[in-house]
Amino acid sequence: MSTRVLIVDDHRLFRSGVRAELGDSIEVVGEAEDVESAIKKIAELQPDVVLLDVHMPGGGGQEVLRRVLGSGSQVRFLALSVSDAAEDVIGVIRGGARGYVTKTISGNELTDAIRRVADGDAVFSPRLAGFVLDAFASSEAPSIDPELDSLTQREREVLRLIARGYAYKEIAKELFISVKTVETHVSSVLRKLQLSNRHELSRWATARRLV
Amino acid sequence: MAPPPAAEAAFPRLTRPREGQLVAGVAQGTAQQLKLDPVVIRLAFVLLTAVQGLGVVVYAALWLFTPRRPHEGPPPVRDWSQAVAFGAIGLALMAFGWLTGTASGGIGTWPIAVIGIGALILWQQADPASRKRWTSGAVKGVRQNRIRGLFGAGLVVVGALGFLAQEGELAQAGPGLLFTAVVVGGLVVIAAPWLAGLWKELQLERRERIRQEERAEVAAHVHDSVLHTLTLIQRNAHDQREVQRLARAQERELRNWLYQPKQDADATLAAAVRRVAAEEEDAHGVPIEIVCVGDCELDARLSAMLQAARQAMVNAAKYSEASVVSVYAEVEPEEVTIFVRDRGKGFDLDGVPEDRMGIRGSILGRMERHGGTARVRTGPGEGTEVMLTMKMETS
Repeated sequence: MSTRVLIVDDHRLFRSGVRAELGDSIEVVGEAEDVESAIKKIAELQPDVVLLDVHMPGGGGQEVLRRVLGSGSQVRFLALSVSDAAEDVIGVIRGGARGYVTKTISGNELTDAIRRVADGDAVFSPRLAGFVLDAFASSEAPSIDPELDSLTQREREVLRLIARGYAYKEIAKELFISVKTVETHVSSVLRKLQLSNRHELSRWATARRLV
Repeated sequence: MAPPPAAEAAFPRLTRPREGQLVAGVAQGTAQQLKLDPVVIRLAFVLLTAVQGLGVVVYAALWLFTPRRPHEGPPPVRDWSQAVAFGAIGLALMAFGWLTGTASGGIGTWPIAVIGIGALILWQQADPASRKRWTSGAVKGVRQNRIRGLFGAGLVVVGALGFLAQEGELAQAGPGLLFTAVVVGGLVVIAAPWLAGLWKELQLERRERIRQEERAEVAAHVHDSVLHTLTLIQRNAHDQREVQRLARAQERELRNWLYQPKQDADATLAAAVRRVAAEEEDAHGVPIEIVCVGDCELDARLSAMLQAARQAMVNAAKYSEASVVSVYAEVEPEEVTIFVRDRGKGFDLDGVPEDRMGIRGSILGRMERHGGTARVRTGPGEGTEVMLTMKMETS
């Protein structure tokens, strides 16, 4: 069964570019160009995965996430952006997106990422992995929930390999674990990222406006 | 505001110098203007103060209307002993006048002088230049500013009350004050909407101007960099590699401009890694993706490590035939690691001739010389990863 995808981006050229690049296993069911039309199309088409641009007129991807997920929808989001600013990355992930990739990603990798998100796993770009390591490394403040506020040794290893440019398959080989286990670790990090209450995280992202 | 540049202009304007000022530099300035000894002028002010308190008023007026002379360098130290001496002379004169009854001691003008000083403080407050001087210090400056303003206003009120008391009008001032209050209140009610409109308009205009300036700056930047690159891309459209290189370089430059805080390119490890990677990316036309976690100051050993990392990037970009090179730098409390990885064709490490300096000399040797370690993991068809580790110096 092919994965049904909705592309939300305010650049028409980019939408058609992504459409052309995606493999046969992906079926693009529609496109939207702003927050309002995205919300309407999501309700109407019920896609498996929404490819969501972070920067859009009318509140951007975060607004779409807030309104769609706020209404109890189970649609999965993969954020796609030209911006690598920590603020944006952490913002959409905490907003509920299941992954974050940059627009320079190749067609094959994007196809992989969409499949992964459709299966309920998480997708981290190397830079996002770097951000997470950085954010969870600065742990001077006492954590409220130790389980949520810190990474396990294994999760750290997985993130480090992602940051080094390893694909999931390569990580699995490197750590002598299965790809499924790698996916579990990444999903667990995603959960921590979304649920952790450490106020540091948002503050850290705002303070660090790096590329 | 600035005095005429030529000091020998026909009528040089009276200005208040910073050098040799006791209070505000009025006497010093006047003395220089009249080519007299400042002591003479100061004595004159003191004397005038003792008689009818006129000196203070004149001094305040001159203070208000003469601009400060621009001064370079650190402010000179005030000669407080002189100021105390003149103050003492003034007080003695006043006491003498008051005791002997020859002069009223200028008591009558004191309230006016107090009002003058209060007004002076308030005026100074409103002057943007001096406000900047006061607030430039710190946040504390803002509060000080407010205190200064309140102090000035207080002085004016006290002075006015003193004046009324002096004239014996304070008792009758009640109805008059009420009348004044009503009139002023009425005027405020009438003028308020108009003033508010004016204020809003002013704010709008200011905001518009700031926006226009920003636009101009953005336009200039886009013109110099982005448009220029786009032209280059059009002219090099046949050369795919060059087009990609141009686009990457421009993207990086634009990102830096948009998001990166201004920083010294060589002060920290992360910044230096980015700079080195950017240079090699430009030189070889292969995209280099950088992820940095943590950061620290760059020292001699880390600089050596950076050189090794640069060599690894060069090798990957030149020989691996990979489409992208990944660089990961992590600073931990006890060690710094840098990984340079490509998914290119790799090579047989044992087959590298002894005399090839690239890997042995520039990477392995350099790291060892500086107390670090380097590992190279590669194989034909498996890509290459260079891992550099440097223990932090525990001082």
